Amino acid sequence: MSAVVFARHAMTPAERLRDAAWVAFVGLVLGIPMVGLTTVDAGGRLGVETRFGLLAAVVAAVFGGRLLLRWAIDQARNRKLERERASTATAADRASGALKLVNFLGWVALGTAITLPILFSDNRYVVDTATTVLIYVMLGWGLNVVVGLAGLLDLGYVAFYAVGAYSYALLSTQFGWSFWEALPVSGALAASFGILLGYPILRLRGDYLAIVTLGFGEIIRIILVNWTEFSGGPNGISSIPRPSFFGLDFTRSPAEGEQSFAGFFGLEFSPMHRLIFLYYLILVLALLTHAFVSRLRKLPVGRAWEALREDEIACQAMGMNTTHIKLSAFAIGAMLGGFGGVFFAARQGFISPESFVFTESAIILAIVVLGGMGSQMGVVLAATLLVLIPEFGRGLAEYRMLLFGLAMVLIMVWRPGGLLAHREPTLRLKPLQQSAPAKEAAR
Amino acid sequence: MAYALQQLINGLTLGSMYGLIAIGYTMVYGIIGMINFAHGDIFMVSAFIAVTAFTILAAADVTSIPLALTFVLIVSIFFTSAYGWAVERTAYRPLRGSSRLAPLISAIGMSIFLQNTVQLTQGARVKPIPPVLEGGVVLWDAPGFAVQIGWSQILIIVTTVILMSAFTWMITQTPFGRQQRACEQDRKMAALLGVNVDRTISYTFMLGAALAAVAGVMVTVYYGVVDFFIGFLAGIKAFTAAVLGGIGSLPGAMLGGLLIGLIESFWSAYLWAEYKDVATFGILCLVLILRPSGLLGRPEVEKV
Repeated sequence: MSAVVFARHAMTPAERLRDAAWVAFVGLVLGIPMVGLTTVDAGGRLGVETRFGLLAAVVAAVFGGRLLLRWAIDQARNRKLERERASTATAADRASGALKLVNFLGWVALGTAITLPILFSDNRYVVDTATTVLIYVMLGWGLNVVVGLAGLLDLGYVAFYAVGAYSYALLSTQFGWSFWEALPVSGALAASFGILLGYPILRLRGDYLAIVTLGFGEIIRIILVNWTEFSGGPNGISSIPRPSFFGLDFTRSPAEGEQSFAGFFGLEFSPMHRLIFLYYLILVLALLTHAFVSRLRKLPVGRAWEALREDEIACQAMGMNTTHIKLSAFAIGAMLGGFGGVFFAARQGFISPESFVFTESAIILAIVVLGGMGSQMGVVLAATLLVLIPEFGRGLAEYRMLLFGLAMVLIMVWRPGGLLAHREPTLRLKPLQQSAPAKEAAR
Repeated sequence: MAYALQQLINGLTLGSMYGLIAIGYTMVYGIIGMINFAHGDIFMVSAFIAVTAFTILAAADVTSIPLALTFVLIVSIFFTSAYGWAVERTAYRPLRGSSRLAPLISAIGMSIFLQNTVQLTQGARVKPIPPVLEGGVVLWDAPGFAVQIGWSQILIIVTTVILMSAFTWMITQTPFGRQQRACEQDRKMAALLGVNVDRTISYTFMLGAALAAVAGVMVTVYYGVVDFFIGFLAGIKAFTAAVLGGIGSLPGAMLGGLLIGLIESFWSAYLWAEYKDVATFGILCLVLILRPSGLLGRPEVEKV
């Protein structure tokens, strides 16, 4: 077995066949109870149905797929080796090239994001999907503060999202607050929940923290489901007011003495106005988040987060107050999640505990990790990918979550560091004085 | 009093099942330091295999209950171990040595994948099976309330005790147990001394899956219904149990499982049943704040 692991020579066809046959055999064993046999309801009690034809097809597909995959991996490896031999570029050069590419991609993404609703101004589906992508981008950036920068594994991020959404929903339906009034208050509420949760569990590390945050997320959800007088229970809260454009509503027939958006600008009413407005709203919120987090990274508190992530003991030895640093990361991450929640509630007009299940936390965490921890562009890339995979899978309706799970595993196995794994140090020591001019001269 | 005794029995039954699943978490965590999020779904897969096996037996007119149970256990353990092995091989082994979060995300993806595979191939509907073990022993015929222990409850508790003893023996006395503990302490050193680390980890996953399979069969016998979503909550509870008892510690996992089971049944009986999960997580938080390494865990000493 171990000889095979270390063998790097090209595989002979016989070896390929043997390898594929072994994988197909495993597929057969796994397939028998799940694919080959199934229980069906036969008049009040279960009966067994066999699907050996399907099983054979699956096993054959596994066999063929393994052959192809092995071949493709070998090809890719050879090509990579050749390229490495041919090119003289150093690792540093390649890294800076990659960084330039990422920066360029960032501008392209921004340009696309700004022009998208103009290009697709009558395509409801595209604008809606893009809005969803942006919500996840924003949540990903928020969680990135906690997980990517401060290195605290948070599996209950959706709790803060829920706090934001419910506080907006309650403030607006019960007290008639507008979106803009409720936004900062909800964010502050979510942040205080972050501190509330963070305070007792700061002594925990690593995976203990993960399980407690997961538990906290579940507790919030269970309370929302069961405390009917407060949250409407499983039915949720409906008819949440939509945000207005500086006091102009997006309605066909505005109330007495008020003007609608379409009426004020002399446009013909179209339901797309609201969608496009919402899209730009979340785009602005997301960009503000990005600017905020990027600034924070350069401030002492941001550097402290990254130092904490790298080595907690060293931080303590340097006299840093780890409690405050962790709390600030938690609070800021929670606040950004809360903002995301407010927008979510305002966009949907209806919220229920259904939207705040653990899977949601897992997806947001997956966006951060798949993108490459701490990488802001990576979050954008991963969020786009994770929202679009199920969307493209809509044709295969019931396979979409299956594809989603599979994609998570495959991306991780393919790039364990995330899609954009390269992380530029926020601070770096200046290179030796002479090296810069020498390099110039060499060029 | 009689009512409390009944809750004690129910809690022990529930706790035994959590404990069996928790061992899978704690062993994997001990050896490679990752939360195997797909473990709850492995348990769910085993419950489905048990349902299929029971249905086949019913169709074949097997009436001997011990025979049926043995058959179902063997079938379920075999196939579930294969699943445990395959999950480790495809989703975790390629990620060994990368950051701590990569295998966690891969595990969450695996969990979503398994859940949906089962939903697609076996259907989203709840699967009921006819009761396998009915009746029980009346322990105490108190006025107004009879304390009863069902045959299935006896089966679960006895099986758990036997398995736990066998398991403790295996970890402390056999060569495999020694290798396993060696890998747990220092993987690199173990490899240098000739322990096949990859194989040991594979076996650990298979063992964890096998115990989850026993729990899956027991759940099927006890509740008689199975659906594709049971893995999630059971998995989280079992992981909570593992953390509560001190992750990495086998007796801790069992103790944690029993405690969670007892808390759950007493809380639902005397307070609000709908908030029983809140109670579980709340107590977990309390224990972790007061004793960060769990009840039986050794405090982690970090060397600089």
